Amino acid sequence: MSETFDRSREFEAIVEAYERGGGDPSVLLDRRFASFVVSGNRILSSNSVPGVVLEGQETETGVRAYVKVEPGTKVPFPVHLCFGMLPREGLQEITSEFEIGEGANVKFLAHCSFPNAANVRHIMDSRVHVGHDAEMEYSETHFHGRRGGTEVVPRTEVQVEAGGRFRNQFKLITGRVGKLNIELNSELKEGAVCDLEVKVYGRGDDEIRVRESVYLNGTGSRGLVRSRIVVTEEAQSEVLGEIVGNAPFTRGHVDCVEIVQGERAKAKALPLLQVLDPTAKLTHEAAIGSVDKRQVQTLMARGLSEEEAVEVIVRGLLK
Amino acid sequence: MLKVQDLSLNLNGKPILRNINLSIHRGEIHSILGANGTGKTSLAYVLMGLYRPTSGRIIFEGEDITKLSVHERAKRGITLAWQEPARFEGLTVGEYLHLSRERGGGSLSPERCLEMVGLTPSLYLGRPVDQTLSGGERKRIELASVLAMEPKLAILDEPDSGIDAPSLDQVANVIRTLAKGGSSVLLITHHEQIAEIADRASSLCGGIILKTASPEEVVRFFRNHCRECLHVNRPEEELVRNF
Ligand SMILES: Nc1ncnc2c1ncn2[C@@H]1O[C@H](COP(=O)(O)OP(=O)(O)OP(=O)(O)O)[C@@H](O)[C@H]1O
Ligand SMILES: [Mg+2]
Repeated sequence: MSETFDRSREFEAIVEAYERGGGDPSVLLDRRFASFVVSGNRILSSNSVPGVVLEGQETETGVRAYVKVEPGTKVPFPVHLCFGMLPREGLQEITSEFEIGEGANVKFLAHCSFPNAANVRHIMDSRVHVGHDAEMEYSETHFHGRRGGTEVVPRTEVQVEAGGRFRNQFKLITGRVGKLNIELNSELKEGAVCDLEVKVYGRGDDEIRVRESVYLNGTGSRGLVRSRIVVTEEAQSEVLGEIVGNAPFTRGHVDCVEIVQGERAKAKALPLLQVLDPTAKLTHEAAIGSVDKRQVQTLMARGLSEEEAVEVIVRGLLK
Repeated sequence: MLKVQDLSLNLNGKPILRNINLSIHRGEIHSILGANGTGKTSLAYVLMGLYRPTSGRIIFEGEDITKLSVHERAKRGITLAWQEPARFEGLTVGEYLHLSRERGGGSLSPERCLEMVGLTPSLYLGRPVDQTLSGGERKRIELASVLAMEPKLAILDEPDSGIDAPSLDQVANVIRTLAKGGSSVLLITHHEQIAEIADRASSLCGGIILKTASPEEVVRFFRNHCRECLHVNRPEEELVRNF
């Protein structure tokens, strides 16, 4: 650690960014909440609670984290993760492993803040293992500055054991990202459930790319792949939602809404369904284009202007 | 308050409304009866500004609003409750009623509006106005949002369809409350019982108003001529000539 590095000032600054991104700073100091705070390649704080192990290691370009929830542990409060980069430039690579023990139940609330980014790469490589009958929810909210100078690359590999449940939410609404490239692959055993949701607002020349796959490998497993993307100005989005029904009585649904505002924004949706067992049933719905006219008219009949109506609809969709 | 003069509408070259003449006074309820496909919703849309009429004029409080947008009409106090209201992801009932009230300048709270349409506020205010609401719930919320606006003219397109029979009185009460508060109401309905709360009524067929009179008379007329009609939208010559 360098001599000039001031840990408490850095902590203050990252917590401020965390708060602006919608995080509640008091939980990061409360010993009852498991939490983990990373700025650049420094671990500024780490608090484990009974049944939840949080271990981290600083690397040249980031942090390696190991999260373990002991079998049978029902974690009463969400585990708070705070990742950020305060400088204008740089690379942050977070490699993490989540091991959720049999029958455990846990929720993670992650906030990622890049308030000053002009040229920042944030790479997140996660491996998630949700044990037998365990339940994990992971909700990640991003907070970016106005420049759009980040490249965000979350890559996640998920395995859900029989009877397990995995729910993932990714939200990037505040500020501009720059480039976003989400890739998530999940494999489900018997009776497992996977529920994926992505909400992104793209502005400027943002490029948004989302690829999520659910392999329903176990009998009766279920998957939902949901995305809500709004692109405006010159932003572009491409969403690929894939579900493979590999086993008997599997059920899957891809639900994609992409709203294109203005003349120059572009959107693309690619639902990809594969049925490899005759009793599997997969469905998809995709709505791409401008805001629904009837919704706009309804709000206009309540006295809103067209612009205000569109804003209310978009805000609801991304909420 | 509202005067419709020689209003006609063609859609895709097909005549939908023909020479409609209609006037509604302040605080008056005017019901419209007509079989399926006779042009009731089309008339509601033309009045709200969702369709441009082919010819004719719409005068509201002395002003010609024929060319005004939906938003401009709403600002002047006109609103519409849709026959099949739109659904919104992530917009709560509370927010929907709040924005209606704020823009319309109404005095009733969102809670009160929900109570009046028979929905318990604590159970509904936080729910999204999306697909998870039943058809009847969504219709009640649409009516509540009109109440919240306290409009000068409420165009209600079948506010009673999809509502269970025991609750029809509730709908009738809401409409009376609107009128008592000074709103004029254009009430499209298939229920004779609801039509009869109106001060006046008109019967629509083939985009033509066949008769405007007291609701009792129009209901009788509707029963005699339209109930078991085998030629909807092709009214008998004689009826057309008489009105
Ligand atoms: N865009 C359109 N193009 C052509 N015809 C249309 C169009 N929209 C409506 N129509 C026709 O206009 C007629 C009147 O429709 P409208 O929806 O006004 O009927 P309605 O009286 O409200 O019926 P209901 O009782 O079923 O609600 C119908 O015959 C319908 O098929
Ligand atoms: Mg209709």
